[in-house]
Amino acid sequence: MVSNVSTSANRCRIVVVGNGMVGHQFIESLLASEQSDQFEVIVFSEEPRIVYNRMMLTKFFETRDPESLAMSSIDDYQDLGITLYMEDKVVAIDRQSKQVISAKGEHVAYDKLIMATGSFPFVPPIPGKDRENCFVYRTIEDLQEITAAAENGAKVGTVVGGGLLGLEAAKALKDLGVEPHVVEFAPRLMAVQLDDGGGSLLKDKIEDLGVGVHLSKATNQIVTGDECQHRMEFSDGTSLETDMIVFSAGIRPQDELAKESKLELGERGGIVINNQCQTSDPDIYAVGECALWDGKLYGLVAPGYAMAKVAAAHVIDASTSETFVGADMSTKLKLMGVDVATIGDTHSKTPGARVYTYFNQPDEVYKKLIVSEDNTLLLGAVLVGDAEDYGTLLQYMLNEIPLPESPESLILPKTSDSEDGGGLGVAMLPETAQICSCHDISKGDVQKSVAGGCCTVADVKSDTKAGTGCGGCVPLLTNLVNHELTELGMEVSTDICEHFAYTRQELYHMIRVGEIKTFEEMLEKHGKGHGCEICKPAIGSILASCWNDYVLDDAHIGLQDTNDIFLGNMQKDGTYSIVPRIAGGEISAEKLMVLAQVAQDYGLYTKITGGQRVDLFGAQLHQLPEIWGRLVDAGFETGHAYGKSVRTVKSCVGSTWCRYGVDDSVGLAIDIENRYKGLRAPHKIKFAVSGCTRECAEAQSKDVGIIATENGWNLYVCGNGGMKPRHADLFASDLDTETLIKYVDRLLMFYIRTADRLQRTSTWMDNLEGGLTYLQDVIINDSLGLGEELEAEMALNIGNYKCEWAETLKSPEKLSRFSHFINSEEIDTNIQFVEERGQIRPATLDEKHELIASAK
Amino acid sequence: MSWQAICKVSDIAPNTGVCALVEGKQVAVFKQAATNKLFAVGNYDPAGQANVLSRGMLAELGGQVTIASPLYKHHFCLSSGVCLEDNELSIPVYGVRVTEDKIEVALTLN
Repeated sequence: MVSNVSTSANRCRIVVVGNGMVGHQFIESLLASEQSDQFEVIVFSEEPRIVYNRMMLTKFFETRDPESLAMSSIDDYQDLGITLYMEDKVVAIDRQSKQVISAKGEHVAYDKLIMATGSFPFVPPIPGKDRENCFVYRTIEDLQEITAAAENGAKVGTVVGGGLLGLEAAKALKDLGVEPHVVEFAPRLMAVQLDDGGGSLLKDKIEDLGVGVHLSKATNQIVTGDECQHRMEFSDGTSLETDMIVFSAGIRPQDELAKESKLELGERGGIVINNQCQTSDPDIYAVGECALWDGKLYGLVAPGYAMAKVAAAHVIDASTSETFVGADMSTKLKLMGVDVATIGDTHSKTPGARVYTYFNQPDEVYKKLIVSEDNTLLLGAVLVGDAEDYGTLLQYMLNEIPLPESPESLILPKTSDSEDGGGLGVAMLPETAQICSCHDISKGDVQKSVAGGCCTVADVKSDTKAGTGCGGCVPLLTNLVNHELTELGMEVSTDICEHFAYTRQELYHMIRVGEIKTFEEMLEKHGKGHGCEICKPAIGSILASCWNDYVLDDAHIGLQDTNDIFLGNMQKDGTYSIVPRIAGGEISAEKLMVLAQVAQDYGLYTKITGGQRVDLFGAQLHQLPEIWGRLVDAGFETGHAYGKSVRTVKSCVGSTWCRYGVDDSVGLAIDIENRYKGLRAPHKIKFAVSGCTRECAEAQSKDVGIIATENGWNLYVCGNGGMKPRHADLFASDLDTETLIKYVDRLLMFYIRTADRLQRTSTWMDNLEGGLTYLQDVIINDSLGLGEELEAEMALNIGNYKCEWAETLKSPEKLSRFSHFINSEEIDTNIQFVEERGQIRPATLDEKHELIASAK
Repeated sequence: MSWQAICKVSDIAPNTGVCALVEGKQVAVFKQAATNKLFAVGNYDPAGQANVLSRGMLAELGGQVTIASPLYKHHFCLSSGVCLEDNELSIPVYGVRVTEDKIEVALTLN
């Protein structure tokens, strides 16, 4: 139990039963209000962990890390003053004395009680349903059991239920390497949302992905199988053998506690609520999947959030005008890579409704519009295979915007010369139009955010939360933000600086296409003035990326930061650090001794870096060539620690030594580091390779992370540590080494081509319209037809690689730069060290004055 | 006023700087290639508190030729010595000229 002692007697005590997404939203809404200090919040959760994003449950299989789904933390709850009873369930409500009683015997009094108990998975009463390896799909614990079953040898898995969640579960089984099947009672998949046309196309697509789909099947019983653990026997005489079964046949409201407490329930379950979300006891509210409003249950998170906000508003102020009056159940999602969206009345239940259908079998696209009898209003839509029009169509329906004269134009393919999107301009939307349904953000909210100073989609996202739920509205949001910026007369300058009126991407293109080789040529052709510390290194970096010429040639040297000129990292006192490359972190005792000897001879401060190599600090300019001479002679190369370039490839020890390793992570790390060493990029790039899913190399915090699996390599992209840590996204699974390298070649080159100056891969990807999916399309499916070109550019780069220190040491002229004074052998007396923990460190200003005074 | 030769013009790579020791003072000297102009200022960065300005980058900002410090990227105007980010800070500006291919520096300009 986590508790907070600072309770005060006169605060209104709120007890929340259930710590799911909706219960959590209630708390957030309540505590975000100005009156938050008037409430004491107590939460009961029967699960062993704090609130997590159940919508992203399937993602758990990618990371296996429950933390990655967490929506809050125990620390946060504690900071908010919330008392949390975990793994304890409320078993009774004493409405007379207004207190709840928990399974562990806690008696807690309440002023207002919030029931956010959610739902439980429905398991049809089939004989044999309780056999071993029969699961449901609801909590992280369920997923852990399913994973364990797969790891213990289950080869075939069957999902009972072809709805939304059932298909997600089938994907999860597929990802676990289990042969997946879906058994559905109805004659089509997603029977509630889709019509026959959409359902049959979805079935084709899902089957193409290797999922067995069995429709119109009622299971009579589950018995012991011949080949597999179970045999499911269907009413039509057929059967299916399977090792595990996952029931996903719908949900039922968790209303047991309400029933025992004599609250009013619906005929078929659900806690009856009014427009304020109060139950039949006005001091008890119900929100989310357990609540029944106007005879309807809502199994989506958005209506649950809406209820939570109304309930919170009502608890704060009983005279609030906020009410819950039903919710739109339109959804857009990607099922196993197939876009599916449904809006409004998909089954033409409205009297007189008319239908337009577009069916493109070769491209596997199905679209249907349901319009009013007089052809003026959109009532509903079904989109399978291409759901790009979802945002536009949803706005037509929600805001009752008059349809164009030929409504079919909204779903017919766009001709090349029509305006992009073709559909509805964001300008036409009313201010109240909902842009993000997950967080209920309206056009007006976005307008306010932009007017308040948010100038990018990323800013608006973090300001309003719009686009951070399912992400379906991001294209619409992007349009709207750009539109608002233009409306406000804000010309968003993407110019890199006053000398070049272009973005980095445009500069890259000009240099590559125009075969421009020097900064002067670039200035003459496309810029003005003399350049500055913004455009010079940016163009220097592009020139290096494109042509990989020696960066210290006369033509390029003025473009390089001091770190690049002197091939070391300048420290605060003007000295440099020395970081030789130690590919994959593998180093022999002999080489370690060389490093130790050099450090000792020059009195350098020594530290192991996060990138598995050794940093030597405190080298003065004139010492650099001598030190590097010794290192190069001993076989070391520069580590490029000073550049915006490929840094290190961190690795765990891998299968050669580790008991758990499934592949040679060190070997791959060394190969990769040697392949990409020296590659110049818009920002530093870090890699890691882990030899198994235990992930000791922390690959998921890198720009490029690789994790060995039983079947090859999993590739993760666009993660980073630093100021704003971000987990990498799974990009592709079970790759052979050749394909892996091909993808990484393409990815890095595409990043170098298109990213902004000093933009790390994570922000770069977030700013690509379509994000991860788009990137996968470009790299894996070669949707832009750039694949070979990118690979060729990378090959050119790799071919031109030279160790910059080895090159520099060969040139007496270049070496002459490495002295503090051009006209004297003296050294900089301002550099002074003192000793700390047996090593040197730069002296502080006061220490320096003393040292210099005592030397005189 | 005494001019002191420090190096040849060709000793400074285009658009870079060097540091010279002149009468016990550290002087940063820069060569702007496009205009063939030379600039001489103090080498001490008062913001970063280290002798590093000769290793900075020439940067033109709003028509002023400045040196951007390699430590915290403060810009110092090479004609006036004033720091563009913090006008409380400034660096000394010295005389510089070329005599028969030799760069000469003078600490006082009168």
